[in-house]
Amino acid sequence: MSEQAHATTGTYLRVAAILVMITLIEVGVFYVPAFQSALVPILLVLSAVKFALVVMFYMHLKFDNRFFTFLFGGPLLLAFAVVVSLLFIFYGAVRLRTGV
Amino acid sequence: MAHAHHTSMGLDSRKMAFWAFIGSECLLFASLISTYLLYKGRSQVGPYPHEILNIPFTSFSTFDLLMSSLAMVLALAAVQRGDMRQGKLWLFVTALLGLIFLGGQVWEFNHFYHQGLGLTTNLFGSTFYVLTGTHGAHVTVGVIWLLTLWVQALRGKLGPAQAMTVEITGLYWHFVDVVWIIIFTVVYLIQ
Amino acid sequence: MKSWLTTTDHKRIGLLYFWTAFVFFLIGGLEALIIRAQLARPEGLGVSAETYNQLFTMHGTTMVFLALMPLSAAFFNYIIPLQIGARDVAFPRLNAFSYWVFLLGGLFMNASFIAGPLFGAGRLSVAPDAGWFGYANLTSKQFSPGPNIDFWLLGLQVLGIASLAAGFNFIVTILNMRAPGMRMLRLPAFSWMTLVTQFLVITAFPVITVALVLLMFDRFFGTHFFIPAGGGDPILWQHLFWLFGHPEVYILILPAMGIVSEVLPTFSRKPLFGYTVVVYSGVLIGFMGWGVWSHHMFSVGLGPIADSVFAGTTMLIAVPTGVKIFNWIGTLWGGQIRFTTAMLFAIGFIAMFIIGGLSGVSHASPPADLQQTDTYYVVAHIHYVLFGGTMLGLFAGMYYWWPKMTGRQLSESLGKWHFWLTLIGMNLAFFPMHFSGLLGMPRRIYTYAPELGVGGLNLISTAGAFLIGLAMLVFLWNIVRTRRSGAAAGNDPWGGATLEWAMSSPPPVYNFTVIPHVASRVPLWQTEHHAPMTPLPATPPAPIHVPGGSWWPLFTAFGLPTMAIGAISHQLWLVLVGVAVVIVGIYRWAYEPFEM
Repeated sequence: MSEQAHATTGTYLRVAAILVMITLIEVGVFYVPAFQSALVPILLVLSAVKFALVVMFYMHLKFDNRFFTFLFGGPLLLAFAVVVSLLFIFYGAVRLRTGV
Repeated sequence: MAHAHHTSMGLDSRKMAFWAFIGSECLLFASLISTYLLYKGRSQVGPYPHEILNIPFTSFSTFDLLMSSLAMVLALAAVQRGDMRQGKLWLFVTALLGLIFLGGQVWEFNHFYHQGLGLTTNLFGSTFYVLTGTHGAHVTVGVIWLLTLWVQALRGKLGPAQAMTVEITGLYWHFVDVVWIIIFTVVYLIQ
Repeated sequence: MKSWLTTTDHKRIGLLYFWTAFVFFLIGGLEALIIRAQLARPEGLGVSAETYNQLFTMHGTTMVFLALMPLSAAFFNYIIPLQIGARDVAFPRLNAFSYWVFLLGGLFMNASFIAGPLFGAGRLSVAPDAGWFGYANLTSKQFSPGPNIDFWLLGLQVLGIASLAAGFNFIVTILNMRAPGMRMLRLPAFSWMTLVTQFLVITAFPVITVALVLLMFDRFFGTHFFIPAGGGDPILWQHLFWLFGHPEVYILILPAMGIVSEVLPTFSRKPLFGYTVVVYSGVLIGFMGWGVWSHHMFSVGLGPIADSVFAGTTMLIAVPTGVKIFNWIGTLWGGQIRFTTAMLFAIGFIAMFIIGGLSGVSHASPPADLQQTDTYYVVAHIHYVLFGGTMLGLFAGMYYWWPKMTGRQLSESLGKWHFWLTLIGMNLAFFPMHFSGLLGMPRRIYTYAPELGVGGLNLISTAGAFLIGLAMLVFLWNIVRTRRSGAAAGNDPWGGATLEWAMSSPPPVYNFTVIPHVASRVPLWQTEHHAPMTPLPATPPAPIHVPGGSWWPLFTAFGLPTMAIGAISHQLWLVLVGVAVVIVGIYRWAYEPFEM
């Protein structure tokens, strides 16, 4: 049913290897003091890459009908917007009220 | 399970329903993660995250869950091509890795509890246990689901004709893994 | 009887939803009448403050979750498969499950009215009493020590599952089970609005689920998510609740807008004006509905930036709504108008919703809202949009689709009485509230002092409310009389354009003898390019397989209130029994041979 371009076992293993490597890098970044200042953006980007790899390859979204991407992507975007809005409202407000 | 019915989008209805469900779950976990983030740093008493979170241990859990996703895609590929020997093997390995993850969570919760972090100790405890507990409950459901399929396969009642069921199981399992990727970063690595 | 318990037929499930929801609507109405009797005069002392709190809480909760939503669901269930040319929904057993969970959840929550003795409460009723929005930390164990709030949070969690399941079901149904030729932009407007509504349901309900779970943890396990003494912030509750709550009001209004978009064209003998724009506006309202939630929190101290942003988004959302109104007027313009009861209610919807929308726009301004919030001005707004809007729209749907669903037509003359009494009653009831609110009458007070000067206005409101009650009696009489001796209805008593009018009233169990091929938005009408659809054959060319019933939806559904009862009585074993029922039910359901 979804046999257009299909990932092979080799692809899955390669993805697994990349996921492990990224995880090691994440942990490494956590421990290396030099990266402390840029810790948050680096980690967010790395975990976003892991997220995308699992969704696109393991969950097959890259190869499936684009509608599934919409069906998942819409609520995902919404979820992200909700988290960001709440953070801004709570922490933005604090900064404003304390004048920091 | 119904097949060979005309569908207006040419897509499997169960798969469509399941992706909608996964979309819905994004909002569930977003609300829990938001609560965690909004209360971060506002605990009135300890223990605090940096005192108690064990990165090496949790990295292992993360690695375990990532490997379980690999096992899951291998299981699905096997079932799709009719190789039920491999199918059974990889389904079991996925479930086993899931159980190992859960075992790790139980150990971790127990360990934290004995270090003084209970559910009601402070906001960190409350938000941490509810967020990771909800995730753990999802993993538990997934393990039960996988073992059910494994047993069905042992009985010779799982084959390529049921590949969609295995695929949907996989979607659930990978989603649970993906949520953990976020939790690992947001809770453990970004303190 | 057994066939009703095991039914998976969307038409039967639709009827079950309708009657159950209608009973809850009457209960909610009774609660309103007691409230209005109490407020008719200053210092009126009919019920105690505690009882009054329970009344307005249950009135709101019942109307939103047990009346308006399930009444809409009745039409989703009955009409959607017919409109899209399908034999049933995508997941018929899941559909039945949603109904049973709704019924059981509603019963659980209303059981609180008589559960007091079981909790040693010293009074009969321990109904929820902290408002339909349950603000923290009034809902904490400290300030709400009884089981009242537990009934509320457990009941809503159960009901949420019903809504979510139905959401997934209808999304797949509308997208994946349309008849050949029914492209998305040929879908009837009601089906489109339903689709948008279901997307709102599946994204908004998880948020309130989390809020309720966090509250449950505070009350049952001693956490401090919303308790300031433990570092918690009650404002977090408001955010989580309104992140759900605002999409919820669009969940409440969009189906009614869809109904109006069907009724107006039929009784103007003209297709919906600007169909594409109406559809896109509905979709836009769905999206934008997520961006306005903090306009319910203007008095909380969010700060000037947040206030301004939400003021802006709130004003913007009036645009697609206004666009729809112009399109409805455009539909009427130049049409051959027939003032049937359904049409009167649809036109009434437009007028009342405009009024509600205007007060809504005034709320969008934070400084103005600072005076309006928590006063009866908001109560006026709510009721113009939810009663004048949703309820009038639902009545339009009832008169419109009654023949299709029951095979009989409601009396038009009784219908006209019902309409005019309702319209006059609701305006008498709610219009004065704009004034009593601005004069300073707060919400949720069980009585008020004569010095406030709103006694006269309240008396008028009470008279209006009782007039609505009278109108409901007329409607009930119409229903009873129609059951006994109503005129039989043919396939298409109104000359409608969409597929639900293509077969007998009520339809045969398989809906269509042959699934039609659809060539236009108005298949039963003549258009520039298309002749009306050829009538369906009288009998199916080959036997049509109709799935049988199943016990498992009902069985599984029972697990949920069992868990709720176990939780509220602090009996873990009962909770586990409920979990076991759910698990066993799911297994039996999954392995049951069920061919669609």
